[in-house]
Amino acid sequence: MGSLRMRITLLPQRQCIEIAGRRRVSDLLRELQLIPGTVMVIRGDELVTEHDFLEAADNVEIRNVISGG
Amino acid sequence: MTQAIRPPKCKRCRAKAQVYLRQHNSAFCRGCFIFYFQRQAERAIAHEHMFGRDEVVLVAVSGGKDSLALWDVLIESGYQTVGMHLELGIAEYSLSSTRKTVAFAEARGQKLIRVDLGAENADVPTLAGLTRRPACAACGTAKRHHFDRVADEGGYAVLATGHNLDDEAARLLGNVMRWQQGYLAKQQPVLQPTHERFVRKVKPFYRLSEYETAVYAFLRGIDYVVEECPNSAGASQLVYKDVLNRLEAAMPGTKLTFFQEFLRTAQPLFQNAEASPPGTCQRCAMPAFGDRCSYCTLLVEVDRRRQQAESRGSGTTNPDV
Repeated sequence: MGSLRMRITLLPQRQCIEIAGRRRVSDLLRELQLIPGTVMVIRGDELVTEHDFLEAADNVEIRNVISGG
Repeated sequence: MTQAIRPPKCKRCRAKAQVYLRQHNSAFCRGCFIFYFQRQAERAIAHEHMFGRDEVVLVAVSGGKDSLALWDVLIESGYQTVGMHLELGIAEYSLSSTRKTVAFAEARGQKLIRVDLGAENADVPTLAGLTRRPACAACGTAKRHHFDRVADEGGYAVLATGHNLDDEAARLLGNVMRWQQGYLAKQQPVLQPTHERFVRKVKPFYRLSEYETAVYAFLRGIDYVVEECPNSAGASQLVYKDVLNRLEAAMPGTKLTFFQEFLRTAQPLFQNAEASPPGTCQRCAMPAFGDRCSYCTLLVEVDRRRQQAESRGSGTTNPDV
């Protein structure tokens, strides 16, 4: 059985990525070079804070909140 | 190595938090965040004397998170509201925006005034293309004109928009970078009318961040347009927001302090820089700085370009072109 991979969907880009292993939200944002407070991190139908852990099998949505123009 | 930091608990009820606000070092569960957010908006409305419960508020609604969150808060707080939505004609983005706005209004039994720019005269791509202006500039001019016009013609006392703290801080940074004294004089959460056909303009979310507004929309289950306007790529406002968000990450509370302290200490100093009140447009009778308002200037140019194109199509020449 292969190792579990976390599925992450980035919106509005509709980009999907997979990463291995559990990690804290703040660490994930740092890896993705995203600034806290500029995105919502959503697991299922709940938001998670930058202090929470995401498990290796989680499906996560990272939604940009900054709009302009 | 990951440090053993406990996920925060809700500041009000001690349940597991879903939202952490760095600038306040506070966390909230779903229900308590919604309570906190609605109370913050209501406090801004009361503190700045934006409007009362006896007034009907015209809410400018784009279909994005900020305007739909604002309309939701005002409805939930018991204010009398009417929505106004401009159909901009920006391909699928505008169609999606209109669908979501209409669905929101219907689900809550609210009146929605729709203005189709294309049917009125020219949509945003036409306005921008024929006048060779940036799409955002043409769009902004059309929005301001129609919001003012509908508010005036409908007899509404006040027009509310969903501008949030990030919008205001980015605009302030842009105005300061160029020392735009006239714009700094007008950057306030409440703008009183300076012409008989203007109405009061208010921004109840001016102290709430873009993150808080998005979180509110998500937690309330509001179906808003997540996609960005295709014309916004490279917009200067996004550059200013990026700079401010980097500062905010290093120094939480920077955006709020920047804008609140501007309002408290600096903004009054620019009052004398405010331009003289507008006159009246000779074409549409709305406020104008000159013989024609900015929107009519655009439309006149659109008409001229269309006539040019027709002349070329029919093989005649127009000596005035």
